Amino acid sequence: MGSFGTKNTVLPGFGPALGYTIFYLSIIVLIPLSALFFKTATLTWDQFLVAVTSPRVVASYRITFGAALFAASVNAVFGVLTAWVLVRYRFPGRKLIDALVDLPFALPTAVAGITLASVYSPNGWLGQWLEPRGIKIAFTPLGIMVAMIFIGLPFVVRTVQPVLEELDQEVEEAASCLGANRLQTFYRVIFPTMLPAILTGFALAFARAVGEYGSIIFIAGNMPMVSEITPLLIITKLEQYDYAGATAIATVMLVASFVLLLSINLLQKWSRRFAE
Amino acid sequence: MTRRAIAVIFLALTALSPAGVFAKSELLNVSYDPTRELYQDFNKAFAKQWKQRTSQDLVVKQSHGGSGKQARAVIDGLDADVVTLALAYDIDEIYNKAKLIPRDWQKRLPGNSSPYTSTIVFLVRKGNPKKIRDWDDLVRPGVKVITPNPKTSGGARWNYLAAWAYALKQKGGSDAKAKEFVAKLYRNVPVLDSGARGSTTTFVQRGQGDVLVAWENEAFLAVNELGKDRFEIVVPSLSILAEPPVTLVDKVADRKGTRKLAEEYLKYLYSPEGQEIVARHFYRPYDKKVAAKYARQFPALRLVTIDDTFGGWAKAQKAHFSDGGAFDQIYGGARCLAEWGLIGLIGPIGPIGLM
Amino acid sequence: MHATTTSRASKVSEPAAVRWLLISVALAFLALFLLLPLAAVFAQAFDKGWEAYLAALHEPDTLSAIWLTLLTATACVPVNLFFGIVAAWAIAKFSFPGKSLLITLIDLPFSVSPVVSGLIYVLIFGLQGWLGPWLQAHGIRIIFAVPGIVLATIFVTFPFVARELIPLMESQGRDEEEAALTLGASGLQTFFRVTFPNIKWGVLYGVILCNARAMGEFGAVSVVSGHVRGSTNTIPLQVEILYNEYSYAAAFAVASLLALLALVTLAIKTLAEWKIQQGLSINENER
Repeated sequence: MGSFGTKNTVLPGFGPALGYTIFYLSIIVLIPLSALFFKTATLTWDQFLVAVTSPRVVASYRITFGAALFAASVNAVFGVLTAWVLVRYRFPGRKLIDALVDLPFALPTAVAGITLASVYSPNGWLGQWLEPRGIKIAFTPLGIMVAMIFIGLPFVVRTVQPVLEELDQEVEEAASCLGANRLQTFYRVIFPTMLPAILTGFALAFARAVGEYGSIIFIAGNMPMVSEITPLLIITKLEQYDYAGATAIATVMLVASFVLLLSINLLQKWSRRFAE
Repeated sequence: MTRRAIAVIFLALTALSPAGVFAKSELLNVSYDPTRELYQDFNKAFAKQWKQRTSQDLVVKQSHGGSGKQARAVIDGLDADVVTLALAYDIDEIYNKAKLIPRDWQKRLPGNSSPYTSTIVFLVRKGNPKKIRDWDDLVRPGVKVITPNPKTSGGARWNYLAAWAYALKQKGGSDAKAKEFVAKLYRNVPVLDSGARGSTTTFVQRGQGDVLVAWENEAFLAVNELGKDRFEIVVPSLSILAEPPVTLVDKVADRKGTRKLAEEYLKYLYSPEGQEIVARHFYRPYDKKVAAKYARQFPALRLVTIDDTFGGWAKAQKAHFSDGGAFDQIYGGARCLAEWGLIGLIGPIGPIGLM
Repeated sequence: MHATTTSRASKVSEPAAVRWLLISVALAFLALFLLLPLAAVFAQAFDKGWEAYLAALHEPDTLSAIWLTLLTATACVPVNLFFGIVAAWAIAKFSFPGKSLLITLIDLPFSVSPVVSGLIYVLIFGLQGWLGPWLQAHGIRIIFAVPGIVLATIFVTFPFVARELIPLMESQGRDEEEAALTLGASGLQTFFRVTFPNIKWGVLYGVILCNARAMGEFGAVSVVSGHVRGSTNTIPLQVEILYNEYSYAAAFAVASLLALLALVTLAIKTLAEWKIQQGLSINENER
C-alpha cells in the first residue's frame, strides 16, 4: 500500500495538474453552484424546511431517487453485458451497434422523451402489445424508469469498454492454464478489474437519471404524488417566481446526489484495495 | 456541393452576426407558445407596412416558450422590446421583480391591453363518442380529461378557472362546491403535461383521453393542422374570457432606442389589418367590425372575466395556484411528514442500493 | 487486436452457445431501449418523404441552429478534453488525501438537473443576479446570447473526458511510466509515448460522449438561450420549436441529424483503429 504514496513516485506534474484541476473545477462548477447555496440562504430555516419537506416534494424524492437507482442497476447489468459482447465477440452489425450506444446523449432529451412516449404509449409500437396484457409503461412510474434507462445507457458501456479493451488477455490465459474454468476466471480475474469502471458507470448513470427532466416529462404522466419527479417541482417553483424555493429543492437534490456519489466513490476505492 | 456548403455556412454566419452591422431596425417580441403562427404572419405584415411608410428595413425577431418562462427571461435580462404573454400575472411580475415597466402598464392600451381574446373550449374525438356537451360531462365517471398542469402552464390556469367559474355560477354554487367540482374533474385527468402543446400532443398523437380542454385558437389550430376528420370542437355553456395582454418593455426599448417603433408595432395590432390577421389565427378580435365579420367563426357563449369572478390575477394566483393553494389541496391531502419521511425515502432504495 | 482475440479464442473465450446467448440478450436489450426509439425517430422523420426531409433541413432557422450547435461543440470539447486529461493524470497517477471528494465534485454536474445548470448562470449573469447589472452597463451579453449557451454546455459536459479516463488510468497503474522515466524520458515524452497510447480509446470515447452531449443538450441551454429564432436556438431547441408547431416530420428530420452523429462516431472510430494498426505495423517494420 505504501508504494502509492505521492512521495514515492518519480512521475512529474502532480502539482500543476492538481492545481489546474482544482482551478478549472472551481471556475466551471463550484463557483456557479455556490450561487445555488447563496440563493437558498435567502430563505429562513423554517421557509427552507417547508419548501423541501412538503408531502409532494418528499413523494417526488422517493420517485426520482428510487427510479434512478433501479434504472442505474439495470444499466449496470446490461451495460457490462453489452460492453463484453461488443469487445469480445464478433457478429454482424457489431460496429454499427457500437456506434449507436452513444445515441442517448446525442438525441436531445426532449426528442428522446417524445420518441419513447410514441413507442411505449398505449397506441405506440410496443405499447399496443403491452397494454392489452395489463402492462402500462407510458404515463406511469414505469415510464420514468424506461426514460432513465435510456438516458443512462451509454455510461456503463462506455466506462467498462476501454478497460476491457486494454485488459491483457494473457492474464486470462494464465488463469486458465492454472486450471481455472471460464466462470472462475471471469469472477476472480476479469470482474475485479472491471469493478471500478462498473461502479463509476453506475454512479454516473444514477446521477444523470436523478437530474433528468426533458425526456421524462413526456412519458411520466406527471401526476402529483405518483409520477411527479423532483426537477418538475423545481420548474413549478420557478413558474411561481419562487427562485429561492426552486434553489432550495435543487440544493437538497444536489446534497443527496453528492452523498451518494461520494459513497460510491469511496466504495470503489475500497473495492480496488480489496482487489489488490 | 462544397461551394454550396460554404454558402450555407456564410449565410448562417450572417444570420448570427449582430444586426447593427447592416443598419437594420430590429425588434424582439417575446411571446408565449400558441402565438407562433399568429406573429409570424403579423410580423411580415408589419415589416412590409413599415417599409412602405419609412422605407426602412425591419426585422422582427420572435421568441416563444411557456408564458412564465418567457416572463422570467425578460426579468433576467432578455432584451425584449415588447412582450405578448398568456396572462397579465406574468407581465405584472416583470414590474414586480424588475421594474422594467410601469405599474399601470395594463391601462396603456385598449381592452386591458389585450388586442385579442380567446376562451376555453373542448376538443373531442370525431362523432363525440362520450357525448360531451358541457363541463358537467367532464366529471362523469369514465370520462378521461386531458389538461396541462396549472402550476407549470399558463393556459392550464385558464382551463382550471373556467371549470371553477362554471361550478360557481350554477344554482347554489359556492367556493366549496366549486372546489369539489374541480377536484372531481382532476380525478378524471390521467396525464398532466407541463405545457399546453404537450397536452395537445398527448391527446392527438398518443390517443389519450376523451376530451382535451384547450384554448379556442389552439383547438381550431389542432383541428386544421392535425385532421378535420378526426376531431371536433365542443363549446360549453359558460367559459372564461381569456385576455392575453401585450405591452412595451419601457426600459429595454429606451435603452435600445426602439420605443417609437415598438409602440407602432403594438398599435398595428389594433389596426384593422392587424385585427384581420388575429382573427384569421382564430383569436377573437378586439375590433368590433372585424369581430362582426368573423362572427360565424366564434360561437357566442357566456363568458366570465377573471376580474369579476376571481378578483384579478394576483388574487386568483394566490388562492389557487400558489403552494398550498386550492390546486395543491386537491392533490395533496394533509399527510404528515413522518409518514413520508426518511423511512419512506430509503424504503425502495435499500434493497436496490445493495445490488 | 482482432487477430489476437481469435487465435487465443479457445482458451479465453466461452463456448459458442454461451457466446450467442450473451449476444442475443445484449442485442434484445439494445433493441428494446435503443434501436426501437431510433427507428421511431427515422420513421417519423421520413413520414412525409425525402423532399420534405431535405426541405426541413434547408430552412434558414434550422441552418442557423446547426451552425450554432457546431460552434458550441467546437468551443466546449477542447477545453473539457484538456481538463479531462490533466485531471485524470493528477487523480489516477498519484495518491493524495481527499481524492474521492475531488472525483465526486467532478461528477457533480451529471447529477445537477439540466434546468438547474441553466438556472445557476441566470443567478450569476442575469439582470437580477450578481453580475447582471454591471454587464448590462458595459454592454456585455452573456446569457440569452452565445457565451451563455457555451458556458452552460461546458458545465453539462464537464465530467465526460475526466470520468472516462480516471478508472482506465487507475486500472493501468503507473509502472510503465515510472520505467520510462527511469530510462531517461522526459515527462512529456513519457506521456505521449507511454501513457497516451494506453488511454487512446478512453480519450476517444470521452471526446465522443462529450461532443454528443454538447450537441444534444436541451434543458440547460433552453434556460439560458432566450429562444430567439434564427439567432440563439440550437438544434435541440429548434426541434422543440418545430414539434410545438405540429411540424412533426420536420422536427424529427432535424432530430435525426443528431442521431446521425452515431454514424460519424462510427467513421471516426474505424479511422482511428485503422490508423493505429497502420502505426503499429510501421513500428514493427522499423524494428
